[in-house]
Amino acid sequence: MAQHVSYRQPPKQRGRPPVSNMMDPNQLFDDTSASQHPQPTSYTVQGIDMGLPINNFLSEPVADFAMTYGTTIASQGKDMVHKELNRFVSVNKLKYFFTVDTRYVTKKLALLLFPYTHQNWELGYRVDSRLTPREDFHANAPDLYIPTMAFITYILLAGVALGIQQRFSPEVLGMCASTALVWIIIEVLALVLALYLISVHTDLTTFDLIAYSGYKYVGMIITILAGLLFGRDGYYVALAWTSCTIMFFLVSDSFVLSCLSGNGKNITVPFFTPILPVPS
Amino acid sequence: MAFTLYSLLQAALLCVNAVAVLHEERFLNKIGWGTDQSIGGFGEEPGIKSQLVNLIRSVRMVMRLPLIVLNSITIVLLLLFG
Repeated sequence: MAQHVSYRQPPKQRGRPPVSNMMDPNQLFDDTSASQHPQPTSYTVQGIDMGLPINNFLSEPVADFAMTYGTTIASQGKDMVHKELNRFVSVNKLKYFFTVDTRYVTKKLALLLFPYTHQNWELGYRVDSRLTPREDFHANAPDLYIPTMAFITYILLAGVALGIQQRFSPEVLGMCASTALVWIIIEVLALVLALYLISVHTDLTTFDLIAYSGYKYVGMIITILAGLLFGRDGYYVALAWTSCTIMFFLVSDSFVLSCLSGNGKNITVPFFTPILPVPS
Repeated sequence: MAFTLYSLLQAALLCVNAVAVLHEERFLNKIGWGTDQSIGGFGEEPGIKSQLVNLIRSVRMVMRLPLIVLNSITIVLLLLFG
C-alpha cells in the first residue's frame, strides 16, 4: 500500500485541491484508502461537477483490484515482449557486443586509424567462446558500440557540414540517416549472401558483419572533419588515407578469420570502400 | 541518392519477385541451372553454382505464398497512396 502511495504522488497533488470537499464523507467509513481515493477522481473532477456519484462508485476494492489486475497485465505483457524479441534477436549475443570499456575503445580507435604496426590480429578465445571486448588485451574483438556511436556522429557531422554550406533543413538529417541505414543493410545482406555462396564455415555471425561494416564510419568522420577544416584538398587527402587504412584493417581482420575457419580456402572478401556513401 | 527504408523494401520485394518467376523447366533447365541436373555432388565442396541453384530453388519454394500476400499489400498501398 505504501508502494501505491509513493507511485501515485503526482496525480494526487494535482487532484487534491478540487477534491477537498468531497473527501470528507468518504473518510468517515474507511481510512486505509483515503490516500488512494483521490486518484480515480483526479480525472473526473477536473472539468465536470457531476463526478460525485462516480466517485462513490469507484470505491476502494474495485480500484485495488483494478490496480492489481493492471500490474499483472503489464508484467505479462512485458514477458511476452521479451519472449518475442528473443525469438528474433538473441539479446545475450547482443549484450556481448556492448561490453566495452574506455581502454578498449581508445585502443580500437587507434587501431582503426593506424593499423599498420599492429602485430597480433588473433581473436582471443576462452574455452571455445569468444572473449568479450573488455577482456581482449589486443582489442581485436569486434564490438557494436563504436559503430553505433560513429554512425550517429557521422549523421550529425553531415548535418553540420550541410549547415555550413547553407543547405540544411531538419528533413535532410532524417533523410541522411535513412540513406546511411539503407546502405548498411544492403552491405550486410550482400556480405551474408557472398559468405553463403562461397560456403565458407567461419564463426562470423551477422552481428560481426554489422560491426565491421560500421567501423568504416570512423574513417568517414575523420574525412568529413578534414574536409571542414582544411577545404577540398584536405578532404581528398583524408579520404585516400582513411580508405587505405580501413581496407587494410578489414583485410587483415578477415584474413585472420578466414585462417581460423579451418576450411582451407583462402578468401579475400571484397569489402566496400568508404567512397560510396559520401554526402554532398 | 536519397534512399528511404520504404524504397529498400520495394527493391527487395522486386528482387525476390524476379527470383520467384524463374520457371523451372522452361528456363532453368535450358541453361543448365536446373535442380535435377546438378544434385549429384555429396562432396565437401558444393561450389558456387550448386549453392546458387539451391538458393534459387529454396527461395521459389519458400517465398511463394508470402510473396502473394506482400505483393497484394504493396499493390493496394501503391494504389491508395501513390
